[in-house]
Amino acid sequence: MVQPRIRSRAFDAVSPAPATAPVAPAVKLTGFVRQFGANRVIDGLDLSIAPGEFVALLGASGSGKTTLLRTLAGLDPVGDQDVTTPSTRAVVFQDARLLPWKKVWRNVALGLKDKGVRARAEAALKEVGLGHRLDAWPSTLSGGEAQRTALARALVREPGLLLLDEPFAALDALTRLKMHDLVLNLWNEHRPAVLLVTHDVDEAISLADRVLVLNKGRIAAEEKITLERPRAPDTRFQAIRRRLLGHLGVEAPAPHEAALVAFPTGEAVQ
Amino acid sequence: MSLAIADRISSARPWPNLLRWPRLSRARWLSPVLLLALWELGSRLGVIPERVLAAPSTVAETFWALTVSGELPANLLVSLARAAAGLSIALVVAVTLGLAAGLSRLGETAIDPLMQIKRTIPSLALTPLFIVWFGIGETPKIVLIAVATTFPIYLNLFAGVRGIDVRLVEAARSFGLSGWSLVREVILPGALPSFFVGLRYALGVSVLVLVVAEQINAQAGLGHLINNARDFMRTDIIVVCLLVYALLGLGADALVRTLERRALAWRPSLVEQ
Ligand SMILES: Nc1ncnc2c1ncn2[C@@H]1O[C@H](COP(=O)(O)OP(=O)(O)OP(=O)(O)O)[C@@H](O)[C@H]1O
Ligand SMILES: [Mg+2]
Repeated sequence: MVQPRIRSRAFDAVSPAPATAPVAPAVKLTGFVRQFGANRVIDGLDLSIAPGEFVALLGASGSGKTTLLRTLAGLDPVGDQDVTTPSTRAVVFQDARLLPWKKVWRNVALGLKDKGVRARAEAALKEVGLGHRLDAWPSTLSGGEAQRTALARALVREPGLLLLDEPFAALDALTRLKMHDLVLNLWNEHRPAVLLVTHDVDEAISLADRVLVLNKGRIAAEEKITLERPRAPDTRFQAIRRRLLGHLGVEAPAPHEAALVAFPTGEAVQ
Repeated sequence: MSLAIADRISSARPWPNLLRWPRLSRARWLSPVLLLALWELGSRLGVIPERVLAAPSTVAETFWALTVSGELPANLLVSLARAAAGLSIALVVAVTLGLAAGLSRLGETAIDPLMQIKRTIPSLALTPLFIVWFGIGETPKIVLIAVATTFPIYLNLFAGVRGIDVRLVEAARSFGLSGWSLVREVILPGALPSFFVGLRYALGVSVLVLVVAEQINAQAGLGHLINNARDFMRTDIIVVCLLVYALLGLGADALVRTLERRALAWRPSLVEQ
């Protein structure tokens, strides 16, 4: 199999430093501010993400998650503020945003210029299980397939930072669970730093190394998740979940309810 | 209320035998053929004099004769060349202006008002001016076609560029596309469906303008053929030319359809083919 694998870990913030020195963060924001008119959406936010770290970002609707992600993606102007990010970044949006006039593999290869792009796109699509849809038109893909194509498009450029803005929100619960596995596998394989924006507390806990809660323009809370993957919704999981829900201003469930397994969609199954 | 009416319509069948024959009730070709038959009959019986309108059979004979003698193909070619020249100029101008106005605010501010003013003047009304400027040779004919077909192409391309899904543009930008590559990979393909609407319209307009432009002292072309026929009261030749104009319109439409099918293969078709 021709798998032109990952050549270099292109974290430009990371130079081959001596092992004793602390690793430079892949992402660093200090006192970052973003406002629309008088509306300060991000207000003095500090954020640091280590290379290869998987961070999930929770927050109420309108709290500025997408705004922060767009800033890190380089889609919004930052003025003269310091924003450190890897030079290679890739975004997967909630809607797959594939160009309908390009075949699937050409969507994946979008913007790549070097030779052998077709082989690289093919390899990436095989990784997400779409090796058989290379020449399909995007309009013929299912929602999950479109999202997997978007993932392949992001990963094919070996990003130092992978930005995911609620990429699974529109998928059914079963497909979403499969996507979780896929994302974890791909992350293990390629090791980009990941920022996953989500509304789903369980999704955040089962995937991330660290879960952040955005509130009033700042990181209001942080949970390091040291549970081993794959993570079962055991008591430690439930404890983290209760704390995060508390930070989000949701009434934490009483202890005897903790045995309920909340599905990612939010409905409880007994 | 409406139900009752529908009921009555379906139950009252004036010619039950004829209409119950399903293929005849759907035969859209029937009425044109009937009209042709009546026309032929009228001519044969002398109800429709030759100098008013030639019989369909005469028209067919003339069509054949003109084709075999090479007179019709030669003149058709001249007309087609005029239309093609005018349309080519219009394409270049309209695409340039449409992109310039669509892609930049400055371009829009500079170009769009002028185009909108131009739109308010019927292109055919410019004919006398063009004759004064360019004489009565080929130039005014071609310029007239070019001027008349520029606007539909411009307008639709402009709207197409402006109507692009900004989320797609943003996604492409996030993958490093910018400048010309963004235009080529995202904006142009996205505006293409609109562009084709404009092109189809422009082709229709070009046939229309051709008819008028060729009234300007044409030494060759379909218009020349018609003018001569008028002078000799050859209604058969006039009808042949009208038929050719109609065929030109149909041909233009078929051409754009083919182009669209090729270029827009990615579009999920609303109606299954
Ligand atoms: N371009 C813009 N112009 C003006 N206001 C904006 C703009 N983009 C975002 N906002 C405002 O900034 C706030 C944060 O928006 P953002 O999209 O970041 O929220 P979010 O946390 O992603 O919400 P959701 O979970 O609903 O997606 C909102 O109040 C929104 O109205
Ligand atoms: Mg959002």
